[in-house]
Amino acid sequence: MGFTSSNQHHLLSKIATNDRHGENSPYFDGWKAYDSDPFSPTHNPHGVIQMGLAENLLCFDLIQDWIKKNPKASICSREGVDGFKDIAIFQDYHGLPDFRKAVAKFMGRVRGGRVTFNPDRIVMSGGATGANEVIAFCLADPGDAFLVPTPYYPAFDRDLGWRAGVQLVPVACDSSNDFKITEAALEAAYEQAQDANIKVKGLLITNPSNPLGTIFDRETLRSLVSFINKKNIHLICDEIYTATVFSEPNFVSIAEIIEEDMECNRDLIHIVYSLSKDMGLPGFRVGIVYSYNDAVVNCGRKMSSFGLVSTQTQHLIASMLLDDEFVERFVAESAKRLAIRHKAFTMGLLQVRISCLKSNAGLFCWMNLRRLLNESTVEAELALWRLIIDEVKLNVSPGSSFHCSEPGWFRVCFANMDDDTMEVAIRRIQTFVQRKEAVLVAGN
Amino acid sequence: MKLLSRKTTCNSHGQDSSYFLGWQEYEKNAYDEVLNPTGIIQMGLAENQLSFDLLESWLAKNPEAVGFKRDGESIFREMALFQDYHGLPIFKNALAEFMAEIRGNKVRFDPNKLVLTAGATSANETLMFCLAEPGEAFLLPTPYYPGFDRDLKWRTGVEIVPIQCSSSNSFQITESALEKAYRLAQKRKLKVKGVLITNPSNPLGTTMNLIELNLLISFVAAKGIHLISDEIYSGTVFNSPGFISITEALMDRNLHGSEVSNRVHIVYSLSKDLGLPGFRVGAIYSNNDTVVAAATKMSSFGLVSSQTQYLLSAMLSDKNFTSNYATENQKRLKKRHDMLVSGLQEAGIGCLKSNAGLFCWVDMRHLLSSKTFGAEKELWKKMLYQVGLNISPGSSCHCTEPGWFRVCFANMSEETLNHSMQRIKDFVDSTTDVVSRRHRLVVRNSRRRSSHDRDSER
Repeated sequence: MGFTSSNQHHLLSKIATNDRHGENSPYFDGWKAYDSDPFSPTHNPHGVIQMGLAENLLCFDLIQDWIKKNPKASICSREGVDGFKDIAIFQDYHGLPDFRKAVAKFMGRVRGGRVTFNPDRIVMSGGATGANEVIAFCLADPGDAFLVPTPYYPAFDRDLGWRAGVQLVPVACDSSNDFKITEAALEAAYEQAQDANIKVKGLLITNPSNPLGTIFDRETLRSLVSFINKKNIHLICDEIYTATVFSEPNFVSIAEIIEEDMECNRDLIHIVYSLSKDMGLPGFRVGIVYSYNDAVVNCGRKMSSFGLVSTQTQHLIASMLLDDEFVERFVAESAKRLAIRHKAFTMGLLQVRISCLKSNAGLFCWMNLRRLLNESTVEAELALWRLIIDEVKLNVSPGSSFHCSEPGWFRVCFANMDDDTMEVAIRRIQTFVQRKEAVLVAGN
Repeated sequence: MKLLSRKTTCNSHGQDSSYFLGWQEYEKNAYDEVLNPTGIIQMGLAENQLSFDLLESWLAKNPEAVGFKRDGESIFREMALFQDYHGLPIFKNALAEFMAEIRGNKVRFDPNKLVLTAGATSANETLMFCLAEPGEAFLLPTPYYPGFDRDLKWRTGVEIVPIQCSSSNSFQITESALEKAYRLAQKRKLKVKGVLITNPSNPLGTTMNLIELNLLISFVAAKGIHLISDEIYSGTVFNSPGFISITEALMDRNLHGSEVSNRVHIVYSLSKDLGLPGFRVGAIYSNNDTVVAAATKMSSFGLVSSQTQYLLSAMLSDKNFTSNYATENQKRLKKRHDMLVSGLQEAGIGCLKSNAGLFCWVDMRHLLSSKTFGAEKELWKKMLYQVGLNISPGSSCHCTEPGWFRVCFANMSEETLNHSMQRIKDFVDSTTDVVSRRHRLVVRNSRRRSSHDRDSER
């Protein structure tokens, strides 16, 4: 508008004018490159292929098919329009009872029926993005901190830090033990925070992990529960990739661990869930806060007013997820298709001796390009990344944007494209690696 | 160490107030014509249930839109994946045009300056996050919507300082009230960042005239602060004088594109005008690029479901539908309003003269045992438990004068409304003897005649 930025800084809040939304980070530069030159097999075969977006596109046919067969689930169809009025005026932040029942059921189902969830603890939020922020508002005051194992999802900085003011204290993990979190690393991070006078209120884990695609084993989870109980801090488990586990070992939810552990203070345990990854429905904004702490449920529920799920969507999802036969088929088929994709992609990379971290979940691989770096630095990683975007025309996400302590790792998504596009992407990577290695060899 | 945040343990969410307690009692004993005829009638919920048949008939006539098809092709996948916080362009275009239509197309809105949010609840909170630091303040004219205490203050840490308005001039905002509020804030060492008005007003049901709007514009211009105009009831204006949007007032003074217009922001929603509160469709409109940019990013915490954006973009793009809906809806609101006003009149109860909203601001001062809020609470309890009507006491809206109540009329059938009027009449008849009632009626009619003369100057 022609008004100086210093005017804006005076006129608006710090939140509105600072950078803590995190969108000036390289994570998003790749997206911008894609947006300006998107790949299309017919219209733009040399465009940028989007491999930086963790979306699950593999099972739409199943969902579309179900919707066609269940017109009553849409309040807009002839069969369902009788329910339109009641749904359209319903704004109770408890959510539609069937919706809560359906989500609780689904959450149990994707954990293999090994645990059950109480519909009365289901609290809605504006996607997992909204859920994580609500958790931060409920558990911490501005300036307090959560420990987070690295590498972690870049937007946590925004979700927890921007408006809720929670700091993230990284717990360093590296490839020496497949990025597993260790007690030593936890203790070190905790003490470092204490020394800096930072009040740690909780530990946030993503299980299955983004960006690693791995799951936490039972022993590790038990030790985490032990740690947080000892320190009397919260454990927040972001389990939004639960149903993307496509091969053994089985997923172990924190919900299972605390069933077995009588000593654990349940007031410290909270789960974040969403349908964006497991069902591939990010547009519908279905986020869930599931807390074992009654005060957090009550407070979170009041806060859900700021991000309720549209009742039109609640109604559709409730019908869909209460259809046992559909859920059974969907979960099985989704895992199968993810397994096939994962295998095709990792095998394609192996052909040029590129390995990925061994993983059995998620919509992505954690690809190891360390040997292609000139030197083991973030700068070299970012230079390589720029090359991949500009020359190879693939948007992949550099490990540094996930706060990874080791340069050279990249998250590459494989579930957000069709088979043909994936073939093109693999070929481009293969060509690039062969050329780069030739250059490196020549250089030596 | 304290386990939870301060926010969980304070009660800035405001939900222990009578406004919400009445709802809880209603939930426990809800009126049903057949199943529970002695139950509590909900008159505390500002919902518009009068025009669903119009929406339903549109749905029946537009199977492609509702079947998520475009030109016969399924767009389900596209829709299910759409999570761009810029919002669906066709939806924003349609919404911008809808907003202009409500304002008689006297103003235009640029869809690029529109930010979609999860209801007006989220829009208002987001604006606070963008415009104020914790501990800073916004001035609000009283009486105001009880939910503002939660929406504006709870997680943001922003304070509300009231601009006291009184029945002596039909609760209009005056220059002295504005200055008084500003000084009060200064005394409390609170930095004032802006003024927030609701126009048409909740709970008054009145629209602001150009004098009031100009007063506000001059005030915020002089103080260098923001003005937020919550216009979520703009489509519910059913009578003259018509609705004057803040945008129109700015244009009128040739301030469009000026520095002060950079500090004026509008909040909108489809919850009241279209009666779709469940769908969570809110919006912020601002000429300030930085506010739009920041609010857009913040909308990540509460985006509108893409399913809903797709449906409503088709609905709002149908101009025949929207213009017919607006006219018919207003007609029905007026009828209901008139029913409530005359029903109350028969019980010797008057209302503030109003031309908008889904409620009336009812004057029950003469029924108080004393001119106190304690007596207002007593009366409210009687209305709730004895008469079986959940109405909202003025104190929950921060009204400075005891005895006023907000009574909703658009969220029930005509039969239920008539029934509630009968209950009130019976209650009033039983509590006052015939002589004193006649006396009160005479006094009030004469008061109303002279106040009507003042009203006609608005």
